[in-house]
Amino acid sequence: MSQKGNKSTKQTTEESVQKNTLKRRDVLKGLVTIPVLGPLFYFFFRKKWLDDLKKKEILDELGLGGKAPVVIPEAVSKKPSQLLRLGVIGFGGRGEYLTKCAGFVHPDWIEEKKKDAKEDKLDKGLEHFLNQEDLNVVLTGICDVFDIRAERGLVASKNDIRPGGGSGTLQGAKRYLHYQEMLESDDVDAVIIATPDHWHAQMTIDAVKAGKHVYCEKCMTRTIDETFKMVDAVKKSGQVFQLGHQQRQQDSHFKAKQIIRKNILGPISLVETTTNRNSPDGAWVYDIHEEATPENIDWEQFQGPAPHKVPFSLERFFRWRCWFDYGTGLSGDLLSHEYDAINQILELGIPKTAMASGGIYFYKDGRDVPDVFQAVFEYPERDLTLVYSATLANGRDRGRIFMGHDASMEVGYTLTVNAEPESTRYENKIMNKIINTSLPLFTYRPGLKGIDTVTSATEQYFATRGLMYTYREGRHVDTAHLHVKEWLDCIRNGGQPSCNIDRGFEEAITCHMATISYQENRKLEWDPVNKRIV
Amino acid sequence: MLKKPKFNFSPVPDYSTTQLTFLVILRLLIGWHFFYEGFVKLFNPYWSSAGFLLETQGIFKGLASSIVASPAALRVVDFLNVWGLILIGAGLILGCLTRAATLSGIFLLFLYYVFHPPLIGYTYATPVEGSYLIVNKILIETFALLVLLVFPTGGIIGIDRLIFRAKKTNKKRKK
Repeated sequence: MSQKGNKSTKQTTEESVQKNTLKRRDVLKGLVTIPVLGPLFYFFFRKKWLDDLKKKEILDELGLGGKAPVVIPEAVSKKPSQLLRLGVIGFGGRGEYLTKCAGFVHPDWIEEKKKDAKEDKLDKGLEHFLNQEDLNVVLTGICDVFDIRAERGLVASKNDIRPGGGSGTLQGAKRYLHYQEMLESDDVDAVIIATPDHWHAQMTIDAVKAGKHVYCEKCMTRTIDETFKMVDAVKKSGQVFQLGHQQRQQDSHFKAKQIIRKNILGPISLVETTTNRNSPDGAWVYDIHEEATPENIDWEQFQGPAPHKVPFSLERFFRWRCWFDYGTGLSGDLLSHEYDAINQILELGIPKTAMASGGIYFYKDGRDVPDVFQAVFEYPERDLTLVYSATLANGRDRGRIFMGHDASMEVGYTLTVNAEPESTRYENKIMNKIINTSLPLFTYRPGLKGIDTVTSATEQYFATRGLMYTYREGRHVDTAHLHVKEWLDCIRNGGQPSCNIDRGFEEAITCHMATISYQENRKLEWDPVNKRIV
Repeated sequence: MLKKPKFNFSPVPDYSTTQLTFLVILRLLIGWHFFYEGFVKLFNPYWSSAGFLLETQGIFKGLASSIVASPAALRVVDFLNVWGLILIGAGLILGCLTRAATLSGIFLLFLYYVFHPPLIGYTYATPVEGSYLIVNKILIETFALLVLLVFPTGGIIGIDRLIFRAKKTNKKRKK
């Protein structure tokens, strides 16, 4: 600054002029790239505006919002104030799973899950379990014909590491050697039946007669005769009955129902649903417990109402799904899920006719149920055919597809609707390029930002069919947990569960029509007036 | 003869007009790309880096899984990614704190590259529009930014011209 004072006035003026010029140029050069943001913003918002407009126009046309469907539960869900005492009949794989859904696991499971989470950070089985809603139930009875499994159930019933656990007040369950003893007990309010199918009807009938509420695994029954008797008993008793089609709690199914109600697909002429598995586990070749012997398995009780009595067989005990004596194979095990999902979405009821075929083409391991099985059901009153196609020797995902004249919809854990290029309803929009038929018209995925892991091939299969989990208000929830919860809500607060005895009746009859058609190699017809199969 | 410095980070190097023009255009193009990538993600409520992270191959596979496994970490990564892209893009376009923006851009692109390296034996489910082996467009963009780092233009065309001039003037005044 002191130097500046020594300079002449002329020099000062010249410098200041030069400085001013530089400043202007500096400002100009400093800010010259700002206008680039203009077209960037303009084109961005123009593109977004056009995309949003297209989307809005499509959604307006469909009468849909992109948001999650409003889930109107079948049951009134209040805070579970009343403690319910549960008994579990059949503590095998499924029984243990449902017990977990009710809030109880064996300590070994916790250790296993901790190990899994260490190995794979995406495995959140334990976290999801502990975050599960506390259903305010206790396990008071365990019944299993295999001592080791029964013991496992007893340990689980005392394990306080559970949602809402930690009070240290768990009394634990009592073991019953025969389910009848459990039904006679006053310590049990409701029972979960997770035995092989051949026991479902008899146990349910006895349970409701004894005043117990019943959650029964699918397939509801093994034969048509049993079905009528069971429906009759449940209806007369007034007890709350839920059939184990947990995918009824799947968020995407509610959305699918909404789409059907809005008639977005147009007239549906064909529904195609499939089972695609390719692993021994998926084909019911389950592990045989190393310590299982005739001494620790009550074989006679296991056989119970099975039509053919055979000598003790570990294979038949652990892999019972492979024989018609205890179940109905693909029909009752997996078609039942597929049928129920479609019945939930389309409310189809029992078909007019059923025709099935298949064979034992891959697992020639002594089983008598087919491993490849196709069934065709006709609904002339609804102008549609339902096709079920299954193989246990190929895992290609063929989805569950509803085919309408205007659009088709694929529903699993996610949902996708594609417009038909030849649609009448969307003709103008397709012509005006608002609808691009090579892209989905609509997709829906619950819990969009969530990522989950599935570990085995069978689990992967179940997850894609919407059978494993769903999302409620952004939270990962096991569908079977929601299904058990709905049953308990109805017991406490009244109402009918979503898969009540009427839906069970439709499921059982439809599946048995397919089974009988396969076994007798003929087309079957349902007489809705006389309620019998012709 | 004077020894030339290895890198010239001086904000006002001496370029010919043609050199300057193309360097600035390259900066604007990369800036546009970053900005748009960030902006699109910002306006897409369904976007998440989870899909990209889940497909990570190579040495960062474990780290990527832990990020996806933790919703909090994933949210942080999503946030940093979106705003990182936008700010780097804006910095490059405006020539504002250009060196910081360029360095951050190089770092971010390098992360994208090492999380999904196009090496032999690695396959990705996410479709790519070209065929790449070792060299992919991310690597090229990384090196384009490295070129911009050693041939800086923000001090000539960009807000840096005003920022650094102001700083210089302040320094001069202090003297």
